[in-house]
Amino acid sequence: MKKLHIYVLKHWPFYLLALISMFIAIGLDMLYPQITKVIVNEVFVSGDMNRLPMLLAAIVVCGVGRAIFGYIKEFTFDRNGATIGTEMRRDIFSHVQGLSIDYFDQTNTGELMARVKDDVDKIWNVLGFVGMLVIEVVVHVASVLYCMFHLNWKLTFVPIAFMIASAAVAIIMEKKLDKVYEDISEENAILTTVAEENLAGVRTVKAFAREKFEIEKFLSHNKRYYELNMQQSKTLVRYYPFFQFVGTMLPVVCTILGGFSVLKQEMDIGSLVAYVEYSRNCTWPMQMLGWLANDVSSALASKKKIDKIVKQQANLTESEKPVILDEVKGEITFEHVSFSVDEKEILEDISFTVPQGKTLGIMGATGSGKSTIVNLMQRFFDPVEGEVRLDGVNIKDLSFQQVRGSNAVVMQDVFLFSDTIAENIKMGKRQAMSLEEIQKASAFAQAKNFIEELEHSYETVIGERGVGLSGGQKQRISIARAISKECPILVMDDSTSALDMETEREIQKELEQLKGTTKIIIAHRISAVRHADEIIYLENGRIAERGTHEELLEKKGLYYDTYVVQYGEVSVWQ
Amino acid sequence: MAVNSFREDEQVKSQGKWKVIVRLFSYLKNHIKGVIGVLLCMGVTVAISLVNPLLIESAIDDYIGVGNMDGLLKLGIFAMVLNIIYIIMVKVRMYVMSLISNQILLKVRQELYEHIQKLSFAFFDSRPTGKILARIIGDVNSLKDVLSNAVTTLIPDFVTLVGVLVIMFLKDWRLSLAALCTIPLMMVALFTIQSFSHKRWHDYRKKSSNLNAFVHEDIAGIRVVQSLCASEETKETFDELTEEHKDSFINACRIADMFGPAIDFCWGFSAMMLYLVGVKYIGFPEISVGLLVAFGTYINMFWNPIMNLSNFYNQLVTNISAAERIFDILDTEPDIADESNAIELPDIEGAVSFEHVSFTYDEGTEAETKVLEDVSFSVKPGETIALVGPTGAGKTTIVNLISRFYDIQKGTILIDGYDLKEVSLHSLRKQMGVMTQDNFIFQGTIRENIMYGKLDATEEEMIAAAKAVNAHDFIMKMEKGYDTELRERGAGISIGQRQLIAFARTMISMPKILILDEATSSIDTHTERMVQEGIAALLKGRTSFVIAHRLSTIQNADRIFVVSDNGIIESGTPAELMEKRGAYYRLYMAQVV
Repeated sequence: MKKLHIYVLKHWPFYLLALISMFIAIGLDMLYPQITKVIVNEVFVSGDMNRLPMLLAAIVVCGVGRAIFGYIKEFTFDRNGATIGTEMRRDIFSHVQGLSIDYFDQTNTGELMARVKDDVDKIWNVLGFVGMLVIEVVVHVASVLYCMFHLNWKLTFVPIAFMIASAAVAIIMEKKLDKVYEDISEENAILTTVAEENLAGVRTVKAFAREKFEIEKFLSHNKRYYELNMQQSKTLVRYYPFFQFVGTMLPVVCTILGGFSVLKQEMDIGSLVAYVEYSRNCTWPMQMLGWLANDVSSALASKKKIDKIVKQQANLTESEKPVILDEVKGEITFEHVSFSVDEKEILEDISFTVPQGKTLGIMGATGSGKSTIVNLMQRFFDPVEGEVRLDGVNIKDLSFQQVRGSNAVVMQDVFLFSDTIAENIKMGKRQAMSLEEIQKASAFAQAKNFIEELEHSYETVIGERGVGLSGGQKQRISIARAISKECPILVMDDSTSALDMETEREIQKELEQLKGTTKIIIAHRISAVRHADEIIYLENGRIAERGTHEELLEKKGLYYDTYVVQYGEVSVWQ
Repeated sequence: MAVNSFREDEQVKSQGKWKVIVRLFSYLKNHIKGVIGVLLCMGVTVAISLVNPLLIESAIDDYIGVGNMDGLLKLGIFAMVLNIIYIIMVKVRMYVMSLISNQILLKVRQELYEHIQKLSFAFFDSRPTGKILARIIGDVNSLKDVLSNAVTTLIPDFVTLVGVLVIMFLKDWRLSLAALCTIPLMMVALFTIQSFSHKRWHDYRKKSSNLNAFVHEDIAGIRVVQSLCASEETKETFDELTEEHKDSFINACRIADMFGPAIDFCWGFSAMMLYLVGVKYIGFPEISVGLLVAFGTYINMFWNPIMNLSNFYNQLVTNISAAERIFDILDTEPDIADESNAIELPDIEGAVSFEHVSFTYDEGTEAETKVLEDVSFSVKPGETIALVGPTGAGKTTIVNLISRFYDIQKGTILIDGYDLKEVSLHSLRKQMGVMTQDNFIFQGTIRENIMYGKLDATEEEMIAAAKAVNAHDFIMKMEKGYDTELRERGAGISIGQRQLIAFARTMISMPKILILDEATSSIDTHTERMVQEGIAALLKGRTSFVIAHRLSTIQNADRIFVVSDNGIIESGTPAELMEKRGAYYRLYMAQVV
């Protein structure tokens, strides 16, 4: 993401427009007393009625002009804030999306959401409305000071002293608030996370009738959020009245000090009245200063949080000069691959080659590392030792696009977006997919019938994570989504577990038709892998057994045991 | 069921702006003492700020004019004291007011959250999580300033306004009328602006909620996005949504920003009218110079509070749509709630019977399709029932109905002879052990996740449950054992392991009726068999419903129900069904061959 001022400078013509409008509006503001002065002095008192229409028109022009330029100013600032906020949000989003999977495993969804939404909103505000007020305050104060300086330069030090004091307090307050706002922004993210988890896990909450527990949990964070907000209020209460005080005291002090200099005959009484009048004009900007410092401080805290995410580099980087394969055949090789997380071995010395068009079956106990193989194939992680190759090239030397674009993975944990079924299936290839292709993929996944029975067929909107569909239906849609990509390699990570046997068999038949596609099938059911060209059986991250179905049965090892459990009694019947 | 996606705006029932405002401010009622205190403080501060100009006047006329230096000094000290009182009052006012508004926010948010907990699945199923979140977090936050500004700006400005009006009319009613002739015009303008901008702000909130929903899904589904190389596409969607979000904001500003200018505009005409009438039609000597000048000042004093009030009103209108969205949820009645005369379900034996049960998810809509029609069966305590059949036939629906996650349209479901609708939800669900297809793992330690099933469980109970489902070994292999922190959704451990932890969580609650909805689908066969033995020992004699596709899981059941689109088409012991050579036989052979 770029620095803040680069975003702002990009929109300089609009800021310039807003500033010019602001100056005109302020100018008209200053002009108005002059007009009334002329009306009173020259028309009213001297009775020169001829000039009246002109002057009255000038007043109307003054009002209308203020309205027009005030509107341009306000709207342009709002527009700028929105535009830049949106640009920043986009940049953050695309940055976040590009981070590696392990970052998401460690960072809460709620937190990232809070950054992309709430924190950007704060900056959006400061670049828009709040920014406008800051500039207005500065311009206003400067012009008043200029006028006062002309009246009596010595006495100008009074408001200047007041202003320096205010600015100092504003800076101190900003510093104190900064810390509080950082905590608030943090707690906001936690609160979001707690609520997010509860909503996402609502089925579990309800199944255990744990609503009370969840309410208590939320209450504790809600209270903490409240306390932090009170802390913010307390800080504000400590400093803010100072600005009020300074604002109201300034005219009084000016009168008295000005009075002394009148008494010393350094100034005439008329000038004193004008001088006091000007100091009154400083009241609102000074009182405003407190609020502005508050808002700016909150935005700065948000900026820091955002910067932290922006500084986060993707752990995996694409090779700078990636090898480009003209055509991916789909041969996948693991050569002595080992992988560990926090020094805990997940995979150890895994080697296999799946030639184009062949099928590899992977079985193994829960937690034996099956899904990790899939993650390595897609380069979500890099192996600690060894190499993963695609068509003989180390995937580290290829672009992400090519690696991931050659693998179509049906994940174990089905994730569907709350969008239409068609959009879900098209995902990843949205532009280039016709209805026929969607239908074909759905038919492959045995999903066509149930989808077309739905009222809106492929245009049916499914809930988040596919709520409303059964587990098997979700799995079939995610199979259709992978199939439709027509990738050289198809990976099915335990993705038929929720399907009934008949449907599973139909899908297997379809899979057999995909002669040119390399297939990797991870499953617990023997029926899913028995036809594979090679089956590897993992145990504790190592390959314990490998071979074809028949070979493994003969070995009478782990695979055979599984077979007996699943089919044992069947053999008797047969 | 109409499902809302991130592409569509939500439908929020329009509740009438004033009703919402009244309801919002009724929260202040509980803090009436504080509000009175704030008002008193404000009375003092307003008085002092009115005295300040008088002090200046007196300083000039009474002391500086006559050269009384000591008096001037005394006056200065007096002013100082007065303003110190002022600053204290401001402090008290701010503190009390922020206490009140933060407490109200705390309360509103908690009320909202508690209410959401009561709502049934239909509510959660029909909208993305991100949209509900937007209401709990963003919408509530946006009420903060409205509440405090309502008390701190509304009242003093209103008082000033009335005061100025009275003074003006007392001084000269003709000039007053001239100066105020644009008020009707202004009223019309402000009313028009606000009614348009209200609609647009509402729109903005909806777009903001859409954006929230999308960001939530994209981050939650980041693996799918990256795996499918769909980042470009999701970025496009995001761009569209942010663009709409931005446009809706700019659209709202386009109207809402006219507030100030409209007042400036009217103010210009007022000033013109004042001088026109004052100078041309009444004129000297009936009106003195002083009066004319004073009126100029009064006009300024008059328009300032109007400006403030309209700013406040603008803010109110902006944020009222947030309040509307909050009340919208608070007013959503849970579809499934305890009857007023619901009884506590006593400890059950576990007999379950369905009598002519019909059910559809989308009752009363055009898309209405019966998921279950006239289904009847009865299960004796202690029986294990396996539900098999094609996906989408309604197996999960049947077990969901037993926990009363949805209400049936026709028929009755009885547990130990108690009609489900007549017992309290809590007493029912706490006796059920349900393991759904999506096993949600919470952030926190493994211990906390297992204990979720029984909050006051002992260490022994927890370990026994973990051992029963064969999770103990893998947990102990982890560096911190049961104290291992699990990340969001259980990231970092395999799905099978997540299933085992969820399983232990269900076991620890020692349910009377156990429902396993594909609970072992991600667990390997060996582990599964050990799990089965473990739970059989732990839950001896309890009723259970098992949905599974693996033969090895099904074969141990006492009875098998074959569920298809037409309801339960076959039931009987595994051996009976094999002999019958019907639907079950076919399913069976499919896996074997």
